Amino acid sequence: MTTDPRSDVAHLLRRACFGGLPEEIDAAAGDGYEATVQRLVERARDGSGERAHCLVKLEAELPMDSARTPEDRALVERQRGEQARQLAARWIDEMAWTQAPLLEKRTFFWHGHFATSVQKVTSAHLMLRQYETLRALGGGDFRSLVTELVRDPAMLLWLDADDNRRSSPNENLARELMELFTLGVGHYTDTDVREAARALTAVRYDARTGLTTLDAARHDRGPMTVLGVSSGFDDAALVALLVDRPQSPRFLVSRLWRRYVAPDEPSETATQRLLHAYGPRRDLTALLTALFLEPDFRSPAARRSLVKQPVEYVVGTLRSLGIRADHGPGQDRALLLSTLTALGQAPFSPPNVGGWPAGRAWLTASSAKVRLDFAHWAVRRGDIAAVRTASARSRATAAARLLGLDGWSRRTRAALDQVRRDPEALLVLALTSPEYLAN
Amino acid sequence: MMHPALRSRFLRASKVTGTSASAAPPSARSVRRLLGQVSERPWASPEKVLVVVTLYGGNDGLSTVVPYDDGAYQDARPGLAYQVGEILDLGPGPGAGLGLNPAMTGLHALWRTGRLAIVQGVGYPNPSRSHFTSMDIWQTAAAAEPLYTGWLGRWLDLQEPADQDPLRAVSIGSVLPPMLAGERASGAAVPLGAMPLPGRLRAKDVARLGRPDAGDPVVESAVAASLCDFLTVRDTFDPVVRHWQQSTHGRRPDGGSLATQLDFVAACVQAGVSTRVYAVSLAGFDGHADAKPTQSSLLAEVDTAVSRFLGRLDGAATTPTVLIYSEFGRRVAANDSHGTDHGTAGPVLVAGPAVRGGCYGERPNLRDLHDGDLKFTTDFRSVYSALLDSVLDTEPARVLGSQFPRLALLCPRTTVPAHGGGSDQGDQHRRAREAALPGDG
Repeated sequence: MTTDPRSDVAHLLRRACFGGLPEEIDAAAGDGYEATVQRLVERARDGSGERAHCLVKLEAELPMDSARTPEDRALVERQRGEQARQLAARWIDEMAWTQAPLLEKRTFFWHGHFATSVQKVTSAHLMLRQYETLRALGGGDFRSLVTELVRDPAMLLWLDADDNRRSSPNENLARELMELFTLGVGHYTDTDVREAARALTAVRYDARTGLTTLDAARHDRGPMTVLGVSSGFDDAALVALLVDRPQSPRFLVSRLWRRYVAPDEPSETATQRLLHAYGPRRDLTALLTALFLEPDFRSPAARRSLVKQPVEYVVGTLRSLGIRADHGPGQDRALLLSTLTALGQAPFSPPNVGGWPAGRAWLTASSAKVRLDFAHWAVRRGDIAAVRTASARSRATAAARLLGLDGWSRRTRAALDQVRRDPEALLVLALTSPEYLAN
Repeated sequence: MMHPALRSRFLRASKVTGTSASAAPPSARSVRRLLGQVSERPWASPEKVLVVVTLYGGNDGLSTVVPYDDGAYQDARPGLAYQVGEILDLGPGPGAGLGLNPAMTGLHALWRTGRLAIVQGVGYPNPSRSHFTSMDIWQTAAAAEPLYTGWLGRWLDLQEPADQDPLRAVSIGSVLPPMLAGERASGAAVPLGAMPLPGRLRAKDVARLGRPDAGDPVVESAVAASLCDFLTVRDTFDPVVRHWQQSTHGRRPDGGSLATQLDFVAACVQAGVSTRVYAVSLAGFDGHADAKPTQSSLLAEVDTAVSRFLGRLDGAATTPTVLIYSEFGRRVAANDSHGTDHGTAGPVLVAGPAVRGGCYGERPNLRDLHDGDLKFTTDFRSVYSALLDSVLDTEPARVLGSQFPRLALLCPRTTVPAHGGGSDQGDQHRRAREAALPGDG
């Protein structure tokens, strides 16, 4: 563990949130590491009780059912596309400028965990509803979160659960529920999947009312046998069974660890401490808090061991340079979304139900080009006075401070010093540097 | 032919494959080159390239390869079906009773000279009717469990050195399609235009940033390598782009039509770029309503682009093979809006000088449907197997995880001229292919 308190809290703010501004890092270093963790967690708890203020403004959706002519359909599709872009841009802005950054980061984690795409759901309203569920319940009891998700309209459409009939059960949701949401591969059999699908036959989404209902007439009452337990399961009972399997909390700890801490598995002693925090109440806030307080979280091996995901990269850059994603001219929004799409991580559009990849997958030649162009845009669009007003000799150091980094490698410092008379070029290089891309 | 001075720029910009005595990873080498520390080296252009044409939106297979004499086809599609007088007949022989869409004159000419293979009824078990999921399945070649890696990305992973060579597989456009993303290696997305560095940055500024640093942890060294890869891609393709733009007589490329994408690919192949796989695409095939005119004009674009591409490379040192596929076909019965809804199996086309022309696989039965959709008769991974084996010289199971029946879509390796033979030789091969037309079913 390093002894530099500023470096510790800067690391915490990068991982738990989307990075700290220089004065935030100073203040957090003054408060101390543990106090900062507590403050971030409390703000998330307070924030999850309110709606995200910048996400509540979508217009009513034109109904697809009543669109009869190709022109009507085109109009509906245009509106849906526009709303999907609005929603994505607003969330990016919320991530950057919320008072509860841990909350949005955690919601983004759950979005990747329960990965659902607007590309198939085709309704920003339903995606917003799922987002609000993830946001409101993502720090509570894991069982409540999963129970809501198997009834979530976007999830039901995404995994074709509406086709799940007693006569021919659709196994898509049942399989992902076990494999990706609660247990992990290898902890169930194909027979368990088939039996679990029967338990999920009652859930129906009614597009007219916008409600999910449990249709008793369609429900297969069983008994069915899942993981050796025979019962007349419904969806809630099935989820209760799954989340209380011993593999479930371990699976969850591993998923969180790989996204928040390091690309490898936690040690057994760390795992034990984290499982204890999660406890019989399946307390997600306690688990996440314990994760940030775990000594390995701050260890040299964990530092800079992750690659900034595109969303983290873009949001962190907007923050550092003071750019509002949703308040500028229209082409700003288009540029942000096309950047995220080109980098492969547009919010609400994960590639498949497995969510986004991690690590080196983000570091392709084409993404380097996209980052250079984005950095150039951000530097011209944002506030770079802190670097511009610094003397040429101290500009590299000023850039590190502006971006919340501890400092530069010899390589990067040499590269930055070569262009120190050009503060824009210097910052573009800083924003595409190996140090900035590491998380 | 490329200007000699330009060619030498390629030679300088390219990386040595297989012949280099240097053990340094490519990125370190390209940094040294950018900093002026590496001299020119010879470089061999590939013997064979694969060009993947993705048709987004779900192309209507029954209006592409038309079973015009099947009464069930005519009955299912009043107003949408093509008649015998319209289609480009594929008979007699294995294509009897089938015809190509009237817009596909160029591909019909390829068929007649034995350079077009039509694989019928291609799909996979438990078909998804979601564009998104089905395209994911085709691109990852994972029909049961989702995979993160694309089928050609896994092929990249198998190449030596295990480290990335961003030039091996290239997609034209700004986004890398999932099929080119591997676990360790990835293809490069090459925009249809020069790749200027933003603002006042110079390549050497970026190269300095991409230099390995002794103290680099894993992530930082990977970032540095990606910066070098970008410069390599840029160095290789920017001159092609500039030369190609000059050769179009000052006309600006039209923002990425399929013809433009394939023109650019042809320019890259002719320039001897070391790329083995190119990915191009065309969208707009989702014909739920008034589908006939829209699909015809899209198929005409595919037809013109592919036949012109193969024409340009006729007799070239590099043998191209073109794969044309879509994420699914359409429902057999037309809907009430003169269109069709999402369906399942469809034809896959493979074209090129090394192709053994003919029909492959079993023609789907229009009277034996599943929920109104065709039952697939050939797994799409059988097509991939043939291409991996014959074009990419890779054991298919290493990419696909298991064995799929391999279609003999391509001439045995030994009979393909390694260096574009003269016309006599070409005619011989054509005759050999015609003699070897496989039977139907």
